[in-house]
Amino acid sequence: MRINFKHEWIETNIGLMLVLTMLAISVGGLVEIAPLFFIKKTVENVEGINVRPYTPLELRGRDIYIREGCYTCHSQMIRPFVDEKLRYGHYSLAAESQYDHPFQWGSKRTGPDLARVGGKYSNEWHVQHLIAPRSMVPESVMPNYPWLMQLLDQSDIANRMKALRAVGVPYSLTEAEREANVKKFGAEVAAMLHIADAKKNLVEQANLGNYDGDRAGVSEMDALVAYLQVLGTMVDFTKVDADELVRSR
Amino acid sequence: MSEQNLQSQTVQTTGHAWDGDLQEFNNPLPTWWVYTFYVTIVFSIVYWLIYPSWPIGKSFLTGFSDITYVNKAGETVTSHWNTRALLMADLNKAEEMQKPYFSKVAANDFEQIAKDPELSGFVLSAGKALFTENCAPCHQQGGQGVIGFFPNLTDDDWLYGGSYDKIHETLVNGRRGYMPAFGEVLNAGEIDALANYVASLSGIAHDAGKAASGRVLFTSETAACYYCHTDSAKGRQDMGAPNLTDKIWLWADVPGAEKAEDKIAAIRSTIITGVNKGVMPAWGERLSPEQIKVLTVYVHELGGGK
Ligand code: HEC
Ligand code: HEC
Ligand code: HEC
Repeated sequence: MRINFKHEWIETNIGLMLVLTMLAISVGGLVEIAPLFFIKKTVENVEGINVRPYTPLELRGRDIYIREGCYTCHSQMIRPFVDEKLRYGHYSLAAESQYDHPFQWGSKRTGPDLARVGGKYSNEWHVQHLIAPRSMVPESVMPNYPWLMQLLDQSDIANRMKALRAVGVPYSLTEAEREANVKKFGAEVAAMLHIADAKKNLVEQANLGNYDGDRAGVSEMDALVAYLQVLGTMVDFTKVDADELVRSR
Repeated sequence: MSEQNLQSQTVQTTGHAWDGDLQEFNNPLPTWWVYTFYVTIVFSIVYWLIYPSWPIGKSFLTGFSDITYVNKAGETVTSHWNTRALLMADLNKAEEMQKPYFSKVAANDFEQIAKDPELSGFVLSAGKALFTENCAPCHQQGGQGVIGFFPNLTDDDWLYGGSYDKIHETLVNGRRGYMPAFGEVLNAGEIDALANYVASLSGIAHDAGKAASGRVLFTSETAACYYCHTDSAKGRQDMGAPNLTDKIWLWADVPGAEKAEDKIAAIRSTIITGVNKGVMPAWGERLSPEQIKVLTVYVHELGGGK
C-alpha cells in the first residue's frame, strides 16, 4: 500500500495537529532539558565548592522571600559577563542553587541582582531598608515591608524541611543520614540540618544573630535577613580553580 | 461551495465556504519563504558544529570552536567555546584596558595618586562608580550619611581617623563601634546631668548646675565616659569614640531637634541605650586591593581627608 502523505491532513485535523505540536515541543524539551539531569558536570563538582542546605531560619527567610514576591524585581543569577562580574562579583554556579527548590534565578531586574548580597550590608541596613527602602536609598522604588517585624510562624518548620528532603535536599531524619551529613558538611552544619532539632536550631540562630536588632521573639525579619546575609557566601572563590569551572561547561 | 467566486478558477481554495460565500485561499508558500526556511536548517547544522550542542549520553558535543585566555597564574588556557571561557577572555581584554591605570594605582602611594592629574581623574570616575554601587546605599550618593545610621564622610570629623592609612584600614577590615548602654548603670538624675554636660560642650543651651555635676561624672569611675571619650571629651579614634565637643552628631539626633530641651533629650536617650548598631562592612574580600585604594583616595578627597 502506498502512503500518500499530505500536509493538509494535519492542517485540517485540529486534534491531530494538537497532538503532533505537543510531540514536537516535548522532543525539544527532552533533548534540551532532560540530558542536564544526567550530564555530571551540570552541577559543578569542583574542589573547594561545598554548598550546604539552608539552616531552618534561613529556610524560613527564603520562604518569606518567595511569599513577598521579592523575585518579581530581583534575580539571583549573576551571568558570566564582564559588566555583571564587575558589579556583582563572581558568576553564579549551578552548585550554589543545587538545594533551591524552586530556584530564584529569574531575569527580571527592577532592583539589583541579589545572588551575592550576603555580607555586603549590615543587618541594621537590611532591616531599615526592608521597612522603608527610601529611608536608606532616597530614589528607590522598592515597596515598604513594615509587617516583616511580626513574629515568625515556626510551627511547621519540620514539615517544610521534610518536604525538601523528599526532593533530595539532605536534611536528616535518621541517625545514618545525620552521620552522612557530618561527613559531608562537618558536625556543626550537620547539627543544623537535623529535622528533629529544627525548632531549637531556628530559635538559637535567631537569638545569636539578633538579625532584626530586637531581642523580643523571632520575627520574620530575623529569618529574611539571615537568608539575605547568606546569599552567595557559601563558596570561597579564592579556593576554587577558575579553570575547572570553565571546564565544567 | 459557491461557484460564482471569480478567483476560484485560478487560485485553489481550502474547499470550505462559511456564511454561504466566505472562502479561504490556499496559496502555496512564497518561494523566498521556503528557501529562507531551508537556510535556517542549514544554519542550525553549522551552528551545532561550532558551538556546544547535542547531548550524547552523559556528555555533550563541545563544538569545534575554541577560546584562549590567560588565567590568574599567567598560563594560557584553551577551552571549547562556552560563556565562562568567553568571560575569561573578555576579562583579559578589560584588564588590558584598565591596566595602565590600575598598575599605576598599585605602584604609587596615596599622596602620589591624589597629586597626579591623570590618576586623580581616574580615581574620581572609577571611585565614583565603586562608591555608588557599594557605599552610597549607606553613606548616600554624596557621602553625606544619614543621622542615626551612617557617618558623614565629607566633613573633617572622623570616628576612626581621616588619614589615607586610617581610611584604608576602615575599608579593608570594616568597623564596629560600640558604646555600652547606661540606662541600667546610672540613675535618671545622673544621665540627665551627663546629657546637660555633653550639650554644654557644643554650645547647646543647658542647665549649668546639672552640667557641672555631669562634668564630674563624666570623668568619674561611676560613668567612666572619659575612658573612651577622654577627659576633654575629644574622643579616641582607636576606639571609634567620637569627639563630643564639636557640633557634629551621628547617633544623637541633635540637629533634628529644634528646642534645646529636645536636643538634650536626644543625647539622653543615646546615653541610655548606648550605641551598638554602627556596622561598617569589611571590603577586603569583596573588592580588589586596587579598588580599595581607589576608594580610599576617593573618600579622602570628598572633603574631609587629613
Ligand atoms: C518593585 C520592585 C521590588 C520589589 C518587589 C522588591 N525590591 Fe528590593 N529593590 C528594588 C530596587 C529598585 C532596589 C534598588 C534600590 C534600593 O536599594 O532600594 C532594591 C534593592 C534591594 C536590595 C539591595 C541590593 C543591593 O545590592 O544594593 C535588597 C537586599 C533588596 N532589594 C531586597 C528585597 C527583598 C528581600 C524583597 C522582598 C521582601 C524586595 N527586595 C522586593 C526593587 C524591589
Ligand atoms: C551597611 C552600611 C554601610 C556600607 C555599605 C558602607 N558603610 Fe562605611 N560605615 C558604615 C557605618 C555604620 C560606619 C560607622 C561605624 C561605626 O559607627 O563604628 C561607617 C564608617 C565608615 C568610615 C569611617 C568614618 C569615620 O568617621 O571614621 C569610612 C571611611 C567609610 N565608612 C567608608 C565607606 C566606604 C568607602 C564604603 C563603600 C566601599 C562604605 N563605607 C560602605 C556603614 C556602611
Ligand atoms: C566603651 C567606650 C565608651 C564609653 C564608656 C562611652 N562611650 Fe559614648 N560612644 C562610644 C562610641 C564608640 C561611640 C560611637 C559609636 C559608633 O559610632 O558606633 C559613642 C557615642 C556617643 C555619643 C553619640 C555622639 C553622636 O555623634 O551622636 C554620645 C552622646 C556619647 N557617646 C556619650 C557618652 C557618655 C555621656 C558616656 C558616659 C556615660 C559615654 N559616651 C561612654 C564609646 C563609649
